[in-house]
Amino acid sequence: MADETALPPIAEIIASLPGVKQVVLQNNELLAYAERDGIVALSTALRDHPALKFEQVMELCGVDWPERAERFEIVYCLLSVTLNQRVRVSVSTSDSAPVPSVHTVWPVATWWEREAYDMYGVVFAGQPDMRRILTDYGFEGHPLRKDFPLTGYVEVRYDYERQSIVYEPVKLTQDFRNFDFVSPWEAMTTLPGDEKAKRS
Amino acid sequence: MSLDHAHTPAAAVADDSIIGAPTAVSDQPKETKTVQIDSHSINFGPQHPAAHGVLRLILEMDGEVVERADPHIGLLHRGTEKLIEYKSYIQATPYFDRLDYVSPMCQEHAFVLATENLLGVKVPDRASWIRTLFSEITRVLNHLLNLTTYALDVGAITPALWGFEEREVLMEFHEAVSGARMHANYFRVGGVAKDLPAGLDEKIAAWAEKFPKFIDDLEGLLTENRIWKQRTVDIGIISPEDALAWGFSGPCLRASGVAWDLRKSQPYEKYNELDFKVVVGRNGDCYDRYLMRIAEMRESVSMIKQCLAKMKPGAIKLQDHKITPPTRSAMKHSMESLIHHFKLYTEGFHVPAGATYTAVEAPKGEFGVYLVSDGTNRPYRCKIRATGFAHLQATEKLSKRHMLADAVAIIGSLDIVFGEIDR
Repeated sequence: MADETALPPIAEIIASLPGVKQVVLQNNELLAYAERDGIVALSTALRDHPALKFEQVMELCGVDWPERAERFEIVYCLLSVTLNQRVRVSVSTSDSAPVPSVHTVWPVATWWEREAYDMYGVVFAGQPDMRRILTDYGFEGHPLRKDFPLTGYVEVRYDYERQSIVYEPVKLTQDFRNFDFVSPWEAMTTLPGDEKAKRS
Repeated sequence: MSLDHAHTPAAAVADDSIIGAPTAVSDQPKETKTVQIDSHSINFGPQHPAAHGVLRLILEMDGEVVERADPHIGLLHRGTEKLIEYKSYIQATPYFDRLDYVSPMCQEHAFVLATENLLGVKVPDRASWIRTLFSEITRVLNHLLNLTTYALDVGAITPALWGFEEREVLMEFHEAVSGARMHANYFRVGGVAKDLPAGLDEKIAAWAEKFPKFIDDLEGLLTENRIWKQRTVDIGIISPEDALAWGFSGPCLRASGVAWDLRKSQPYEKYNELDFKVVVGRNGDCYDRYLMRIAEMRESVSMIKQCLAKMKPGAIKLQDHKITPPTRSAMKHSMESLIHHFKLYTEGFHVPAGATYTAVEAPKGEFGVYLVSDGTNRPYRCKIRATGFAHLQATEKLSKRHMLADAVAIIGSLDIVFGEIDR
């Protein structure tokens, strides 16, 4: 996967910055794994280092990996307009550990942090505006978590008798059908009966 | 619009006569100071024609001057990213048409490029040319809508009437290749859905010959128009440093004087074989953002001509039927093709595990897709980097201390579409 020899020269500079755990090349894109608590210092260094100059954070988003010890991954996609290079920075966090906010480094991060909070419930420390952004006023839950059902929990309609909008639990006329089309020859890792066999 | 407070007389903060409020607090010690300011908030939208969709902008006003602007978004949130996690890669593509419904093909482009990047495949030459051609047609389509509705917001009706007529011609090109005027679903992983129908290239070429005349006419209405200039020049200025910090891209960034265009600096498809200029503004105001789009349309027309000239007959999709469907005729007599077709439209294809951030220069700016695959037939995570999301966030910065009517011009100049921002 990661081919160490093909790393571009800036990889070394990024790897030497404080808080960077590892720099890899994934699909020809530079990816740096970083420590959560050092992200603000690292972002400032990435923005201000003369050989990096990542003036822009183009994207900041969460990914949910429920099976991991720290289930959320926050990914920062950085772009340098002057030097024409990109890097992704990834930190991991749990639903209780706050990630330091980078809105002081790139003001545009505010809305993306609000979105990550809205969608995953990741809290950003030092972010003064931690309101929900995309979901409804008074929404409960974090919809992009893998354990949040696709259909949600409430549905909304206009009640003519009460002359107001009402929220009700979702009523599905048919259960949500999540078809698994993956070929059994590819998806099945343990064949029927295999679980009885003892592993030696 | 609703006024939260009735108009109080013009702000008189330093006026001695209103220090120490006359009512209710009269029994309090004399040191208490009550400073009266004339502030009220206005609900701009969500049902306002100049809000370009369902923007609820809460404006805190000082008289007729905007003090704070707090955009409330998400009224059009449809959970596209969540839905895509439950769909195969083929089923996910049409969702991209419905994001920024003004420039559908450019968004599909970002998704198919991201998927192809993870798959490690490269599309045939002709498919690449067709994609470049339609990306540019879509760019003109987008700019025509933005510029004319922007002019409409500022009070000029004629450009919208003229522009929509021209847009219809371009949407016929969309329809000719895909069957749909807007939600094309034309760019597919591994190529494009169908080849251009016979005679379409001549039609596009004929259109490209006469379209510059339309741009001249449109410019005749606006560029030197006294009212238009009064409403847009020096309104909503943003410096190059601020534009970068606030995540600007595309025409909005170039209007501030940053020569940055993904088509030039990180070329994808056939852009490295095309000859075009990156147009850069100087002042970063609403007027420059308008000029950027006018100039980009001219460049697009020239690129469309070049595409037509350089395009050669050939395959329009990969011949790997694990990724692209076989032809109908092959399915009639080949068992293998039939199986491929069935497997492709039920299970889809598997994408190797990995992640990519792939961006294209959409008409509005950088449109990116952060795609995470876990090796199955469905995306594990698909984050859509909506261009307008970053631009809209800067509304407060841009419209601070401007008049209310200027906030309308600023929103118009940012080219905002809510399908994309709310996702």
